[in-house]
Amino acid sequence: MKLAIASGKGGTGKTTVATCLASLLAEAGEKVTYIDCDAEEPNGHLILQPTIEHTRPVEVSVVEIDSKKCTGCGECCKACQFHALACINKSVTTFPQLCHACGACSLVCPVDAIIEVPQKRGIIREGHVGNVAFIGGEMSVGEESVVPIVRALKAVVPSDGISILDAPPGTACPAVETIRGTDRVILVTEPTPFGLHDLKLAVATARALGLPAGVVINRCDIGTSDTLDYCQEEGLEVLLEIPNDRAVAVAYSTGTLPTKVVPGFRETMLALVDKVVGWTEEPSNT
Amino acid sequence: MKIAVTAQGGELTSELDPRFGRAKWFVIIDTETGEHESLDNSTGVNASSGAGIASGQRIVDSGVKTIITGHCGPNAERVLTSAGIRIVERTGGTVAEAIEAFKKEEL
Repeated sequence: MKLAIASGKGGTGKTTVATCLASLLAEAGEKVTYIDCDAEEPNGHLILQPTIEHTRPVEVSVVEIDSKKCTGCGECCKACQFHALACINKSVTTFPQLCHACGACSLVCPVDAIIEVPQKRGIIREGHVGNVAFIGGEMSVGEESVVPIVRALKAVVPSDGISILDAPPGTACPAVETIRGTDRVILVTEPTPFGLHDLKLAVATARALGLPAGVVINRCDIGTSDTLDYCQEEGLEVLLEIPNDRAVAVAYSTGTLPTKVVPGFRETMLALVDKVVGWTEEPSNT
Repeated sequence: MKIAVTAQGGELTSELDPRFGRAKWFVIIDTETGEHESLDNSTGVNASSGAGIASGQRIVDSGVKTIITGHCGPNAERVLTSAGIRIVERTGGTVAEAIEAFKKEEL
């Protein structure tokens, strides 16, 4: 089962929920893989502190022009939706950082002058902590798009056991790429107007992708009841409500799993673990 | 010679737009005939990325030799300078004022 932990709004507690869930599921005897898909600012490794066994580059093919063949017709520049090419005085200039490697330029080039060159965009680390397998991505500094890293991470997600994909915040390409093709989405939010605004976007995203979504309301005793009302109106299951506790933030800030040090937090999270285990026992219809 | 000015609107009386890639309009003036035309740059304004390159390509294709704008990013600058287009920086005032100042070589 592939489970995406997403949010819409940043800082709601995705990584806290994802790392605690991974750790507790492993304790419960499940085969668990934690995948940090927030490759622009990964931090799951700071909490889980895995031993890394392999590190490898993520490369994508980016456009280069064979100047011997290019006639400067400019068709490639018109085809490129990302403005990675410009045609100036019958000569094509490339901007590889903007290239999404979609291949449109190759399709339209009448003289086969497009060359695809591998370019490193980031790395993937694989390791483990206890019985939790760890996979994490990290985008290179200065890169434009994290999507190639997310794609590379998803290519190594195991097909068995429970995979927990810690998504980037937002509902743009990096989050969509993470969520797409999973079995379920857990949306972590906080009951503030900002949290609710972005939760609505995240719910719409999950629904557009045809995925069942449930909600974890973190710091449930702050803010307003609007988030709870919204979940009821929309028929969204509230999987867990986590009370605000400064000790959780303190543990997180020191790179410690809150389930290990904050009294009562483990018990709070176990309710979510039970739900996840329950999903794995359901007849597969997702 | 054709000169382009980045502007908030498509008129000679429009205020300058300090942005290049995401400028609302390009007002292009032919200094020999005194005629002007306007290019709506909503494609640049709404581009998710590469606005400077897309706008640079439009300016190159329009045959402009000088662009008066507030600031060009590095990608736009590469497109414009490789086409031999002179970039003149100016902020504030109207399109007409920018052209007059340019003619008097005050910029």
